[in-house]
Amino acid sequence: MRIKALAIRIIHQFIKDKRTLALLFLAPLLVLSLMKLIFDGQTVSPAIGAVDIPPTLIEKMEQLHADITVFANASDAQSALGTGDLAAILQLDGGQPKLILEGSDPSVNKAVLLLLQNAFQNGAASTSPTISYLHGGPDMAAFDAFGPVLIGFFSFFFVFLLAGVSFLRERTSGTLERLLATPIRRSEIVSGYLAGFGIFTLLQASLIAWFSVDVLGLYMAGSIGYMLVINLLLSLTALTLGTLLSSFASSEFQIIQFIPLVIVPQVFFSGLFNLDAMNPWLQKLSLIMPLYYGADAMQGIMIRGEGWMDFHRDVYVLIGFSLLFAILNVLALKKHRRM
Amino acid sequence: MHAFPNKPLASAPAVELKSISRHFGNHTVLQDITLAIPRGQLFGLLGPSGSGKTTLIKLMTGIDRADKGTVAMLGEPMPQLKMLQTFGYMAQADALYAELTGKQNLAFFGAMFGLKGALLQARIQSVAKLVDLTNHLNKQTSAYSGGMKRRLSLAVALLHEPQLLVLDEPTVGIDPVLRQSIWKELSALSKQGVTIIVTTHVMDEAEKCDRLGLIRGGKLIAVDTPKGIMEQSGTTTIEEAFIAFGQAGGEEA
Repeated sequence: MRIKALAIRIIHQFIKDKRTLALLFLAPLLVLSLMKLIFDGQTVSPAIGAVDIPPTLIEKMEQLHADITVFANASDAQSALGTGDLAAILQLDGGQPKLILEGSDPSVNKAVLLLLQNAFQNGAASTSPTISYLHGGPDMAAFDAFGPVLIGFFSFFFVFLLAGVSFLRERTSGTLERLLATPIRRSEIVSGYLAGFGIFTLLQASLIAWFSVDVLGLYMAGSIGYMLVINLLLSLTALTLGTLLSSFASSEFQIIQFIPLVIVPQVFFSGLFNLDAMNPWLQKLSLIMPLYYGADAMQGIMIRGEGWMDFHRDVYVLIGFSLLFAILNVLALKKHRRM
Repeated sequence: MHAFPNKPLASAPAVELKSISRHFGNHTVLQDITLAIPRGQLFGLLGPSGSGKTTLIKLMTGIDRADKGTVAMLGEPMPQLKMLQTFGYMAQADALYAELTGKQNLAFFGAMFGLKGALLQARIQSVAKLVDLTNHLNKQTSAYSGGMKRRLSLAVALLHEPQLLVLDEPTVGIDPVLRQSIWKELSALSKQGVTIIVTTHVMDEAEKCDRLGLIRGGKLIAVDTPKGIMEQSGTTTIEEAFIAFGQAGGEEA
């Protein structure tokens, strides 16, 4: 009897909360569709630059689904490798085959090595190539490649939740109403939140950077200062996005519901997974995801040792996102006080 | 458009509403309300839950905006950001930060009103004494009893010495002893010249007001002194008067 009453009460609550209901049924479909798009697209063909390679070997590699670009000289190929257009260069150096891997992504390295192994085994050349790496090296583990993305992701995730919940509590406890009955400007509220949380996100960013590099020994080719800047900007974006979205939630529970809608899709597009297999127009979705820019800059700094000129565009985009969310937040507060 | 003078006039009423209406969607919450509350008056808004008291208060303070009609506070057209400095507001919820101490709560809201330094400290001590919380100022608010939270909330509203005090059901959920002490405090403030607007649905509290506005279904059905209201309706208690006016209003509609 009591069990029945309890079960019926829960059903009533679910039916009233349309958003939870929609989430329960639709979010798994969204996440599964994303996973299918990422893991089940076209076959990946590593982009290899060929310099002075005999046509028979090129043919062989193309049969094995390599995406071969023939370069007339080694320096053109080198610069294509530097910009990330190529995964590797295969060249003949005094009759001896030489392979230079871009090296940022261990899974791509593996794919290239496997492909070449097959090509050489089929008797196209007698000697196996000498291997060198532009970034990283043969010892670079999968975590070294994912690490920078994960650092960015966790800063983003925790700050998002924290900011969302605390701004929501300001609303549900009535303190926001009281705050808005004082002569404070709406923009001052948003700026104050940024400043107060900013201090903690700065501490968090420093701690994470130090711990992952000095304690966990993550591969680190660039400057820890740059890493800190990116991590901080990513946290600020999460902070402004979290407070903005909390305006559209009426309980802590509904903040949690933003995770599959806002956070999970960003993970898929952040660089943790190789998007080359995905439909190119779907890949463009990553352009609206803040985590994509943060992760791109983090990977650049930590693995490829990039300097300011290489990642400054990511910085501007992240600042742009933060500003956009902050301004929308000021506008969203109009719901509570129309001046 | 009404031409309101730029500077608050000493003679202008504390609050002046002219033909106010407010709708939420299709639902009419307030309908054609005109009301002037002179300075220094202790004015009670009496009405059942859901009659539109809180909405009316939010319109007076400029937190919300009317769909029709004009609102003026101390002679200034509302809403205006700078006018938020002139009144103290206490909502139904206690609206305190549970993680902070009583003193930190007061200091925070004091800063919102631009109080600082020695003046802020003096005001904190003064309002704490008024609501009898001086010995509990350094305690975390989450450890306060319900009555202490209510008193602290009142102290926050008094902090910046407002000329106008707007209180939404200040004595809900409060024991009789504390209720009496809050009303004593309100009467004292009123004698000092502070205008007080208070909502309530407790009839015996209503009798303590200088003047009453009876509100029902979004309409102001009567405005007079408690005595005048009883005389008008030919009853001997506010409660009976309220019911009598409610029936009359119902027949008109």
